[in-house]
Amino acid sequence: MVNMYDFQVGMSLPERRHEPSNVSLFLYNAAIWNAHRIHYDESYTTKVEKHPGVVVDGPLQGDWLTQVVLNWIGDGGNIVEFEYSNRRASYLGETLISGGKIEAVRPDEGEVEVSLFVKTEQGDVTAPGRAVVRLHR
Amino acid sequence: MALITEAARGMIGTSDPPMRVEVTRRDIVKYSVATEQQQEKFLSGDEAPPMFLFGALRPVVPIGALGPDGIPASSLTPDLPLKRFMAGGTKTRYFRPVRPGDVLVATRSLTDLYEKRGSQGDLIFLIYKVDVRTEAGERIAEEVQTRIAR
Repeated sequence: MVNMYDFQVGMSLPERRHEPSNVSLFLYNAAIWNAHRIHYDESYTTKVEKHPGVVVDGPLQGDWLTQVVLNWIGDGGNIVEFEYSNRRASYLGETLISGGKIEAVRPDEGEVEVSLFVKTEQGDVTAPGRAVVRLHR
Repeated sequence: MALITEAARGMIGTSDPPMRVEVTRRDIVKYSVATEQQQEKFLSGDEAPPMFLFGALRPVVPIGALGPDGIPASSLTPDLPLKRFMAGGTKTRYFRPVRPGDVLVATRSLTDLYEKRGSQGDLIFLIYKVDVRTEAGERIAEEVQTRIAR
């Protein structure tokens, strides 16, 4: 059981490195039934849609953001609100890092609000997000 | 910029027919493996990760109905001068986790269209609202989805 009073605004959530591959992107797009060619057809992606490389799915990065929260809170709570946006495209071959920090603690509601990010190794945020966790009491 | 025609704007407020989805443990396990989940409840398929819904509610259409980009023509995609689409993001309220055996009914509506000039050119934002309940009417999630045409 987590204790709300252990949480302080500004506390960081554990970071995680992601190295998507052709295989992991294939499996992800198969699992979500997405045939958009920018996620597996390099020639089409660069020549027709003019990206510099195969595109790492934005919603996959969104999922990583939820995992930052879920792996931190474990069975101590549920995500009740979550949002993210694709700030910039990221491409196969890039290493991405997910993480976040506590923005607000609301003991009366039993809720913690966190800001989240996926960023490149150079520090450019590709997918910012926000979540509200309701703790089990 | 006047990229959005009156005909396109006229689609705001329209909805797809409700979509019915039977959730299986195997679907949850596949999603959890593909997204490299670390919680046992997801990897075993006992519970679906929150964003499982994003994939579970995507349309499944015949291959011949996919465009040259691999994307299905959506009845809720207006005719726009910008033809390349990207996922923009989502904002979701979750009421309870999805589990194997759940039968979900989702209703998707086009709620807004607007244009912006981005650093790399014009963009059109398509905003959808998705309401997800069980067949019995229990609320599962409510989501606002953004797609970007560029």
